[in-house]
Amino acid sequence: MTSTASAPLTAQGRRPGRSWEHQHVLDLDDFSVGEIETVLNLADRMREVLDRRIARVPALRGYTVVNLFYEPSTRTRASFELAGKVLGADVISVTANTSSVVKGESLIDTVRTLRAMRADAIVMRHSIAGAPYLAATNTDASIINAGDGAHAHPTQALLDLYTIKSRLGSIAGKRVVMVGDISHSRVARSDMWGLTAMGAEVVLCGPPTLLPRGLRAQDRPAHAESALPNVTIETDIDRAIEGADVVMALRLQSERQQRGLLPSLHEYAQLYQVTAQRLAKAKPDHVLMHPGPKNEGIEIAGAVAAGQHSIIEEQVTNGVAIRMALLYLLSGRTDLPGDGGSVTSEARA
Amino acid sequence: MVNSAPILDTQAVRRTLRRLAHEIVESNQGVEGLVLIGIQRGGDVIAQRIADDIEEIEGVRPGLGALDVTLHRDDLDRRHPEPQPSALPDVDGKVVVLVDDVLMTGRTVRAALDALNDFGRPRIVRLAVLVDRGHRELPIRADMVGKNIPTSREDNVRVLLQEEDGRDAVVILPGRMES
Repeated sequence: MTSTASAPLTAQGRRPGRSWEHQHVLDLDDFSVGEIETVLNLADRMREVLDRRIARVPALRGYTVVNLFYEPSTRTRASFELAGKVLGADVISVTANTSSVVKGESLIDTVRTLRAMRADAIVMRHSIAGAPYLAATNTDASIINAGDGAHAHPTQALLDLYTIKSRLGSIAGKRVVMVGDISHSRVARSDMWGLTAMGAEVVLCGPPTLLPRGLRAQDRPAHAESALPNVTIETDIDRAIEGADVVMALRLQSERQQRGLLPSLHEYAQLYQVTAQRLAKAKPDHVLMHPGPKNEGIEIAGAVAAGQHSIIEEQVTNGVAIRMALLYLLSGRTDLPGDGGSVTSEARA
Repeated sequence: MVNSAPILDTQAVRRTLRRLAHEIVESNQGVEGLVLIGIQRGGDVIAQRIADDIEEIEGVRPGLGALDVTLHRDDLDRRHPEPQPSALPDVDGKVVVLVDDVLMTGRTVRAALDALNDFGRPRIVRLAVLVDRGHRELPIRADMVGKNIPTSREDNVRVLLQEEDGRDAVVILPGRMES
């Protein structure tokens, strides 16, 4: 690397590299492989910052992040708050039950009001799929989707990708098994986009009533066979887990039983709980993940959740690093490596 | 492409780094408690070279680290460069010598002093640079300077190093060259 010492703090003498182009983070379906890699690489740097004795840098001074949560959340909200604070941003959190939402203020009004207070980024969770897209078309603040209905949870998917990559060295070619309520899981949906983009083989496993219809072989129109390459369906958990590099248990919400999708939670646990015995069929160096919050004893056995293959807590720590990386990318004009010309073309391709 | 005659050629760069190594050891009266920290990017290779020299001279290798200052820059409202890795040994109570290739405005050093605080509290912090080209914008001064090179603000001073450029040299590219 040649060192340049010409007026380092002006734009002079800088060849513009490719720059980050997303104003919002709504889902991973519009992220290129190069963009995902940019976020993952930057998350490495942010992990370093998090592990410093004093984990606080002034990079986002003067930048305001508002957490706007219409649905309860502990880890995602806390994770964004910490991410913003570590980078020196101002972060406030608004929860729907205390805000004007109870007085009937519309989503668009709320977002515009927050923007009028100079919010630069709005992190939004909403029970209705698509709500962040509506917000994004009505404000010039950056909208980050922190979960919309059963649709998407892109920051969770990015932290999952990052955790897999940092643990297993790569994502491409890895067999990733997601077990549980795939139909209602925004995590599974965003993970599918991200994992398949990065070349993983995805296996979805759960009772037929909790698998998305379009993905089941019998529901799939003949021409749609390759609509989601590298994604397969397996209703038998033992077959699914066989040879897995990653096993991801998804939260089973008890109301699924009330809605008649499950005979009983007990039966579900019998048939689909991720247990030590079942994990014995996975690769010896497999890892176990869970996006949280867990129902131990239902979708995952307590002993394996705290066992040696579990990287669930690492997911949580990495979540802060991923959100730091995203806030950093959204908050300024980020020139990515391109000066040498080597990375540019292939990473964007 | 580098056409201009070097300000420092290969031999001169090696001698200059050697002298900086001697000066650092002299001011510290040995290697005890000494940690060299190269400022990313550019300073890290120089710090390694000086550490090699010190090991040869004293028979003991000083502590060595690399510090990225991107997230502490004062111009992040305009541009967000991609941070580089940082890797620091324990700096608490140590004599830290920050090492950079070229000193100009002093803003990078200001950011480095702030960033260093996140890792601990050194007993002393000094600054060693291969080239001081003037044009300071902050009250910052190097303790050890390889070579003072008066330049025009628009000049582009490049430090070439064996490890990354295939040869050692310091050259000036006049005018508004691109990096």
